[in-house]
Amino acid sequence: MKVTMTVNGKSRSGEVEGRTLLVNFLRETLNLTGTHVGCDTSQCGACVVHVNGQAVKSCTMLAAEADGADVKTVEGMANADGSLSVIQQAFQDHHGLQCGFCTPGMVMSAAALLKENPKPTEAEVRHYLEGNICRCTGYHNIVKAVMAASGQDVSNIAAE
Amino acid sequence: MYNFDFVKPKTLAEATAAMAGEEAQALGGGQTLIPSLKARLASPTTLVSLSGIKEMVGVCKGDDGSLCIGGATPHAVVAAEAAKTYPALAKLAGGIGDPAVRNRGTVGGSLANNDPAACYPSAALASATVVTNRRRIAADDYFQGMFTTALEAGEIVTEVRFPVPEKAAYIKFEQPASRFALTGVFVAKFKDGVRVAVTGASEEGVFRWAEAEAALSKNFSAAALAGLAASADGMITDLHGTAAYRAHLVGVLTRRAVEAAA
Amino acid sequence: MPKDHGIGASIKRREDVRFLTGAGNYTDDINIRGQAYVYFLRSDVAHGKLNKVDTTAASAMPGVVRIFTGADFAGVGGLPCGWQVTDRHGQPMKEPGHPVLAQGKVRHVGDPIAAIVADTLEQARDAAEAIELDIEELPAVVDMKAAVKDGSALVHDDIGSNLCYDWGFVEENKAAVDEAIKNAAHVTTLELVNNRLVANPMEPRVCVGDYSRATDDYTLYTTSQNPHVIRLLMGAFVLGIPEHKLRVVAPDVGGGFGTKIFHYAEEAFCTFAAKACNRPVKWTASRSEAFMSDAHGRDHVTKIELALDKDNNFTAIRTETYANMGAYLSTFAPSVPTWLHGTLMAGNYRTPVIYVNVKAVFTNTVPVDAYRGAGRPEATFQIERVIDQAARELGVDPIALRRQNFIKPDQFPYQTPVAVAYDTGNYDATMDRLIEMADIAGFAKRRKASEAKGKLRGLGVNCYIEACGIAPSNLVGQLGARAGLYESATVRVNATGGIVVMTGSHSHGQGHETAFPQVIAEMLGIDESMVEVVHGDTSKAPMGMGTYGSRSLAVGGSAMVRATEKILRKAKKIAAHLMEASEGDIEVKDGRFHVAGTDKSVAWGDVTLAAYVPHNYPLEDIEPGLEETAFYDPSNFTYPAGAYACEVELDPETGKVTIERFAAADDFGNVVNPMIVEGQVHGGIAQGVGQALLEGAVYDANGQLLTGSYMDYAMPRATDVPFYQVDHSCATPCTHNPLGVKGCGEAGAIGSPPAVVNAVLDALNSGGIKVAHIDMPVSPSRVWSAIQKAKA
Ligand SMILES: Cc1cc2nc3c(=O)[nH]c(=O)nc-3n(C[C@H](O)[C@H](O)[C@H](O)COP(=O)(O)OP(=O)(O)OC[C@H]3O[C@@H](n4cnc5c(N)ncnc54)[C@H](O)[C@@H]3O)c2cc1C
Ligand code: FES
Ligand code: FES
Repeated sequence: MKVTMTVNGKSRSGEVEGRTLLVNFLRETLNLTGTHVGCDTSQCGACVVHVNGQAVKSCTMLAAEADGADVKTVEGMANADGSLSVIQQAFQDHHGLQCGFCTPGMVMSAAALLKENPKPTEAEVRHYLEGNICRCTGYHNIVKAVMAASGQDVSNIAAE
Repeated sequence: MYNFDFVKPKTLAEATAAMAGEEAQALGGGQTLIPSLKARLASPTTLVSLSGIKEMVGVCKGDDGSLCIGGATPHAVVAAEAAKTYPALAKLAGGIGDPAVRNRGTVGGSLANNDPAACYPSAALASATVVTNRRRIAADDYFQGMFTTALEAGEIVTEVRFPVPEKAAYIKFEQPASRFALTGVFVAKFKDGVRVAVTGASEEGVFRWAEAEAALSKNFSAAALAGLAASADGMITDLHGTAAYRAHLVGVLTRRAVEAAA
Repeated sequence: MPKDHGIGASIKRREDVRFLTGAGNYTDDINIRGQAYVYFLRSDVAHGKLNKVDTTAASAMPGVVRIFTGADFAGVGGLPCGWQVTDRHGQPMKEPGHPVLAQGKVRHVGDPIAAIVADTLEQARDAAEAIELDIEELPAVVDMKAAVKDGSALVHDDIGSNLCYDWGFVEENKAAVDEAIKNAAHVTTLELVNNRLVANPMEPRVCVGDYSRATDDYTLYTTSQNPHVIRLLMGAFVLGIPEHKLRVVAPDVGGGFGTKIFHYAEEAFCTFAAKACNRPVKWTASRSEAFMSDAHGRDHVTKIELALDKDNNFTAIRTETYANMGAYLSTFAPSVPTWLHGTLMAGNYRTPVIYVNVKAVFTNTVPVDAYRGAGRPEATFQIERVIDQAARELGVDPIALRRQNFIKPDQFPYQTPVAVAYDTGNYDATMDRLIEMADIAGFAKRRKASEAKGKLRGLGVNCYIEACGIAPSNLVGQLGARAGLYESATVRVNATGGIVVMTGSHSHGQGHETAFPQVIAEMLGIDESMVEVVHGDTSKAPMGMGTYGSRSLAVGGSAMVRATEKILRKAKKIAAHLMEASEGDIEVKDGRFHVAGTDKSVAWGDVTLAAYVPHNYPLEDIEPGLEETAFYDPSNFTYPAGAYACEVELDPETGKVTIERFAAADDFGNVVNPMIVEGQVHGGIAQGVGQALLEGAVYDANGQLLTGSYMDYAMPRATDVPFYQVDHSCATPCTHNPLGVKGCGEAGAIGSPPAVVNAVLDALNSGGIKVAHIDMPVSPSRVWSAIQKAKA
């Protein structure tokens, strides 16, 4: 079957099977390989994208289910001029990534959080990222980056 | 995944028709079904998506004052929209999985699946009526053991009706890996009595703790639970906890739920 | 003012931009036209005889290119083991074969039986279901102690026993240790399990094999920490492909933590099959597959005894450890419980005699090999747990007991009784810093506050030392390594002054692309942006040994320094020629070459241009061009050390433990990029907390893996950890490498588990609940059970 969706602002179509996952459509058909797959039990969050403005695990949604939807992936997160968005910049400024594998999902979840809750507390950030596993950073700098991206002063966070 | 046909009806009538096909299966949010399809544990020939059926999505107040939640309503919507009318239920929905799971997973899917460690069944058993495209099923008749319900082939959970209690609270003690309930207790105080529903603990799936219900119906306070202990018989033993531990948690969490509800 | 450039500056990582925009290039992002997909049919029983693998029907299924079984690999080598341990009696370890695809027997759940290559992955899976298997199940060997008893089923029939080796270290000290323990004023004994872990880098393993009929060249793209090592092992020992015909590329790699060091069957398979099928062949592990095919870590069962004299001085340590090898010897498995573990049993202390016995055991489980820290966390955990328990038994302050037995700053270099010699350190300094950072003075007040809420609060403190910067080749050669452990770097200066560093080190999160240029920028006085790092491709970088054992900067960075020194020497010659000055008078400053004491100078770019456009050039003296290679082989290990403190709150009703505070004072020697170093420590702590509270791979008695996914294997999440306080200001620079660096990658994972467990026990004992030990992961149910037992 044919599906059509808006991906990062552009209309994209492609042939899919019933079983084609959204993440496969993105990675294989559209070659948007920024969205990653880190598990097969829907727990790691490496695959998080936005569908109609909401964070979803693209490994746990059928491409067919996203027919007609507005999809945003990490490739669509930078500013129009190509510079890093506030959230992306905060991740770089605060070393919120190491190997980078969880990062696209983290960025997408963080963006969804800040839309819902523009000034989250530390606990709220940690809670919201429950479904995004990072093996590298110990979360410290991710939480810090998300709080910084929300405009909060993070200079006093236990660092040294 | 084995392949299947995907259909996305717009009305309940169309969905009922599609579900009549052999090996057709409903697709709610897919948060349970898709992982099991990936593991090739299910092989439907047709998946009938319920997400396009407007009449099955949303939270509203029924004539009898109960909270009516469309069967295809995602957890996140319940968490937001039930916050005022039924905060304990909203909190339960808001504590399921993570935000991305809550944006897709639905109450109908959760109740149809009846995972022994799932959250919703405890709230439902504490009072709800499950409405399907065929009938209404009282919660006490609906849950029939782990992953087993009264639903028949082709039956769709279209709505779940939750009478709103005077006081209620759900306390979930997380299994450290899955973050489902290692044990969860839903306590609800109604005019005509108290319901205590326990999830995560029993080999039979969600169950009501009758002794606690009796004690709390007389006196809705933590003190009323003194000396009561849930039996470890029939409780789950796995690498995350023994039956004795789970039985102990039932007691602790029930008390905490009562305290939180009061 | 903190530096904004060169060594010591927290420069933002350049690699972040591609990762943050989705432009990273991980192995699974690589697709080659015409590629086929392989699905491995894996054993679902732990131990069995393969009576029949019939692929006839499956081979005829749609899309199937070819199905391979063990028989197809009869002519190639098995997966080699890179380290040989010699046992107490001078005998080599038992080294059973490790076939690419099972031959005759399956030995663990996940052991690959057949490989189905098809046009699509789903077709390959469909065909896998059509393969007819007849496996005669055999009794599974799971428990290590039972495995070495007479009459146990054998994992490998041909070696006659499940004991890989029985290692004694230092064997000559055994009598003295036995004597010291007999004569001790006090002996504290603990029986401990160091829980089996699964490394779980978030990127599962992937490989893509490609073969060119035109040139008879193979290319393997793989998620590896050390592509050269894979090329060497797979080329020389498995497939018989010479290195010049085999290119191994490890592009962006999504974390490794040890488990991506090893050479795996899937790598050899995809390379082999690419030629056999004349198509590129791709394999992407699912997470479930990773759980049953990535080498696991740890899994030691230990009894440790610490002897003290009447003044509480440590007089001896004796340990006996059963170390699980799993079903086959993974690449470096034998070295982990021996040379990476026994040599660290002195810890930070002056224990005069130590004896370590290790029995390595084969079981029907996934092979076990190095995982972040490898051997050193196991050593640290034993030492620091037993010291804490000794302090409790003796009624003394655990910090004071440690201090009293510290190797003192003036005792360096310090020769331990377990072979290694620590070059520098200052354990009192890191302890002092820790006490301040962790606000140990304020602990009593915080405990009161917790108690007022009905909770218990505990403080756990411990030290660690590790040996990293792996490793002096001559030394490890004597210890059984079958490879050298040097590192290489080529520094290529281009005509217009830009520099490319090609290193055998590999970055899979460590930020080499940012940190390595800082070193060169410092040495040459140029901007970091002029330096580019190339790694992860055997066709580009010189022979290297890769990244593990906190070795990249200490060994790889040192190689780069050596190569850059050669560059500088040559560049000075050119500059001297250009300015008609004497070579000895040339100084480098801010990217220019100056003639000392004059205002004459030439720019870096003028010199580099002259090297490639040698019109005015000392051709009689030196060759044109500016490119140098160096191999650096360290003369000793480096010895990072530190002191960690963890504060937990414990709910005595449910047994749930929450980490409230965590402080780490580390001595890493010199630090090139503090931001990156702190990030490494954060990540290590989270993995250590994971080991202590959450993680554990569990097999049942039939050898079924009960923790085969994140549904049962508990990964640390953001809610499980606090903000950490980390500090590396107490630095005693390494004395034997040019950068004075020690390595920081593993410290967090080594130092944190005992801090957490010590804190839990402190909490319980503070509440009058007398518990000596709880095995990791210290899960709520285990804490609760321990409380019930103590109360009974
Ligand atoms: C990472 C993660 C964490 C989770 N954590 C929790 C947790 O903490 N607590 C918890 O309770 N749950 C948890 N879940 C499960 C989640 O709540 C699921 O959403 C839910 O169990 C299934 O709902 P679904 O709409 O996704 O159903 P689906 O996955 O689409 O379907 C599940 C089953 O129900 C059937 N079905 C679906 N909808 C209907 C319907 N309306 N009528 C009849 N049959 C239907 C399907 O055919 C299928 O058999 C978690 C899931 C994930 C992935
Ligand atoms: S890939 Fe792990 S949650 Fe989607
Ligand atoms: S940065 Fe590697 S998993 Fe998060």
